[in-house]
Amino acid sequence: MLFRAATFVAVWLVPLLIAAAIIGSLRMRVNLFDRFIEGAREGFAISVRLIPYLVAMLVAISLFQESGAMEILARGLAPLLERLKIPAEVLPLAVMRPLSGSASLAIGVDIMSRQGADTLIGRIASTMIGSTETTLYILTVYFGAVGVYRSRHALPTGLLADLGGFVAAVVVCRLIFG
Amino acid sequence: MIGYLWAALILLSFLTAAMRGDMAVITPAIFSAAESGVKVAFGLIGTMTFWLGIMKLLESSGIIKLLNRALRPLARLLFPKVPEEGPAMDAILMNLSTNILGLGNAATPFGIKAMEEMQKLNPHGRTASDEMCTFLALNTSSITLVPTTVMALRASAGAANPADILGSTVLATLCSTLVALLMDRLLRKKVKR
Repeated sequence: MLFRAATFVAVWLVPLLIAAAIIGSLRMRVNLFDRFIEGAREGFAISVRLIPYLVAMLVAISLFQESGAMEILARGLAPLLERLKIPAEVLPLAVMRPLSGSASLAIGVDIMSRQGADTLIGRIASTMIGSTETTLYILTVYFGAVGVYRSRHALPTGLLADLGGFVAAVVVCRLIFG
Repeated sequence: MIGYLWAALILLSFLTAAMRGDMAVITPAIFSAAESGVKVAFGLIGTMTFWLGIMKLLESSGIIKLLNRALRPLARLLFPKVPEEGPAMDAILMNLSTNILGLGNAATPFGIKAMEEMQKLNPHGRTASDEMCTFLALNTSSITLVPTTVMALRASAGAANPADILGSTVLATLCSTLVALLMDRLLRKKVKR
């Protein structure tokens, strides 16, 4: 029921938002098409400006994975994560989540196909993905777009928030499903 | 900070590959990742272009004013230095509300727009302002209440009820966002501009 409601919202929301924008603009009697083009014109420049930042970050992350360093880091972090009661099975997810959205989704799929989606581990993995964001990607894209390269405390803040989300996911899932 | 992390990622990768005697993976990994960076950026162009167009229409439709009203008390609390009426606040509010509803792809162009507008208000040039860091804290901690992607993943993995993680996700999201806002406030004064 909830899932249906959520899917319904997800499917309808974008069209509704667009329809509201168009109908609202018609009611305000603005020059609809000119306004759209005026805004849309900025899209290309903003996207292209991202390329150097994306290339820099994706190369570094891919090297980290391909060289096997990611595996070593995951093994090194095991004792810490054990103390936080984060199960070893979701460890690669915890390491990858802040770095790459698509890679962490792939790891999530991997965990659920091995452990089952309806197991505690599967639910913890799902909750971890749902309650956190790809910190490094957002940082790169958002600061990159405006050319800010001294990000101050934004990175530690984002990583600690991810850690908070992971620990909360484990605790909450153990309470609800455990 | 990102610079050090970047350097560490690359140098540690080289070191690991060298110790494992697997230096051959390095060069192809660089080329393919560099190419995918461009692909990701080009993949964004269409969505960015369309959403920035729609955003202009939302601006002129008066809907942003409605959203403003609903989220304003919270935004005023979090971004005291951003002018209440203006493109920066509009973009921040659009980003927050699309994020809350789980429209990640729609939220990114608004977020970038918000950063650009905040950069115009930023007296420190290349250094992030307090407001930018708070905005980043919100975005990097996830404020999504409807994790549509995860539910789709669970459905495809054969979950009996893919939405059964909605409750746990909302609670964990609240925790991660609270940690983010708390850390943002705590670290703000410790990190010099």
